[in-house]
Amino acid sequence: MSEPIVKIQNLYKSYYRDSLEIPVLHNINLDIPQGQFTALMGPSGSGKTTLLNLIAGIDKPTSGTMAVTGEDISRLNEGEMAKWRAKHIGFIFQFYNLLPVLTAYENVELPLLLTNLSRKERKEHVETALSIVGLGERMKHYPRQLSGGQEQRVAIARAIVSDPTLLLADEPTGDLDKNSAEEIMTLLGRLNKEFNKTIIMVTHDPRAAEKASVIRNLDKGELQ
Amino acid sequence: MKVLKLITRNAGRHKLRTILTVLGLALAVMAFGLIRTFIDAWYAGARASAPDRLVTRHAVSIIFTLPIAYKEQILQVEGVKDITFGSWFGGIYIDPKNFFAQFAVEPESFFRVYPEYIVPPDQMQAFLQDRRGVIAGQGLVDRFGWKVGDQISLIGTIYPGDWQFVIRGIYQGSNPDIDETAFVFNYDYIDERMKQESPGRAGEIGWYILKIDDPSRAAEISSRIDARFDNSRAETRTETEKEFALSFIAMSDAIIIGLRIISYLIIGVIFLVLANTMAMAARERVSENAFMRTLGFRGYHLVGLILGESLVIAAMGGIAGMILLYLVGTGVGVALSQFFPGFAINPATYLLALITAVLIGIAASIFPIVRALRINIVDGLRVVD
Repeated sequence: MSEPIVKIQNLYKSYYRDSLEIPVLHNINLDIPQGQFTALMGPSGSGKTTLLNLIAGIDKPTSGTMAVTGEDISRLNEGEMAKWRAKHIGFIFQFYNLLPVLTAYENVELPLLLTNLSRKERKEHVETALSIVGLGERMKHYPRQLSGGQEQRVAIARAIVSDPTLLLADEPTGDLDKNSAEEIMTLLGRLNKEFNKTIIMVTHDPRAAEKASVIRNLDKGELQ
Repeated sequence: MKVLKLITRNAGRHKLRTILTVLGLALAVMAFGLIRTFIDAWYAGARASAPDRLVTRHAVSIIFTLPIAYKEQILQVEGVKDITFGSWFGGIYIDPKNFFAQFAVEPESFFRVYPEYIVPPDQMQAFLQDRRGVIAGQGLVDRFGWKVGDQISLIGTIYPGDWQFVIRGIYQGSNPDIDETAFVFNYDYIDERMKQESPGRAGEIGWYILKIDDPSRAAEISSRIDARFDNSRAETRTETEKEFALSFIAMSDAIIIGLRIISYLIIGVIFLVLANTMAMAARERVSENAFMRTLGFRGYHLVGLILGESLVIAAMGGIAGMILLYLVGTGVGVALSQFFPGFAINPATYLLALITAVLIGIAASIFPIVRALRINIVDGLRVVD
């Protein structure tokens, strides 16, 4: 059996508010194999987003080890971490985080500006990503000209355009109506099944979590 | 998509705010440039002075006269090559508001010592042959619509009575710093009348202008001239033409210092206008910057985007300001030509205005850059726009 894509051991994370230590995650042990669609569920404040941020390498653990894509990311410096994220992580946010001054095409192209791809190669990648999410006809639209569901699909295209190892989604349906949420979950399911993408999704929504192959619950900072 | 495109679109994200900021910058740059030009105009006389020319005047004040007999004695001082003299006439042309400078001079030597006053040879010949002849500057002729052959009447104030002149020639300066608003005529015309009407004032002139053979000896030659007239009834003070011009400017020191302070305050205002716009942009884009870093963009990418945006706005304001400066400056130059004949916006002022705008663009981006770099990605992502 191959090495899990995410391997977390004895992870502990706390924040300081003034001089008061606030523990967020305790003794987390988690293995996620390549190609798995994992849903992280739990009530507000349970530490789901913190765990996702740690896996994404935008936050550091207080103690414990975590290897993501085979790399001990807690040991990377800021520059190495940025490079690692650009290569391995595709992030999908609840509020899409599209740049309002850029078209759908340009938003999706954004991560590719960090690569050495030529303009022509970038165009091919962007068009492919947008066609996968079903927005090939909306490339020149600005975010304000798209519905919430379409904006989230652009955000998904942006997350997959550089073909990252891991897709991380933080409440991807949290800002959407029922139908749009359904479309997004179908799309994530397709990415997992057809393109074998490893997905870790934080959600409150049990219907969204149903699409995942594994559901893990977090409560008061501990994995159940 | 290029980074420059993102920078320019960010700059235009809040169009009204950007337009108001650019207009504010443009007005400030224009005001800064105009003030610098006023100060430059003040110094035009000093700039136009020649290093090989000295001015000898009465030791007490320029308003006291010197005997014309000094001319030969000064010419004997070793190192003095040539000499001419002039007197302030102070006549009124129709109305006192039509003020312009009028000088009674020794015709031939004056234009020898001031070769930068260019007069066509035939007009010079006509001037030398007519005791009432006048050589007027191009700017003055343009102002009153005069032409060669016109009769001009002045009412004397220092030299009382009605004085009739004939325009015999028009001079142009050999460079833009040369005042083209002077009215120059033959000293003999007033001296002859003084001999008849006020003999005590005959044979008196305002100042001498000397040409020396070696500018590095100016101090030594000046001392020797002044020593020659020590303990005479009219002691002299000799200085370089530049010092002479600067002594007039020194009378306006307080005004010039005030103008300089205002020009620095304007730079401060420009800075605050742009810094405020950039600070607002930084506040609005906390989560956006955090998100960019999540994608893998580094601190220096954000520095480039923020600095670029600040520079784009500053450059737009700077360029708009320079266009305004050109338009308004040209109008002001024409309107004030009789008071500031040297009022012209020189290329260095445009360059200084643009460099100032660019430096302000850089300075205004510092706070937003520090803010964008300091904020933790996780904290930044929590901020909802």
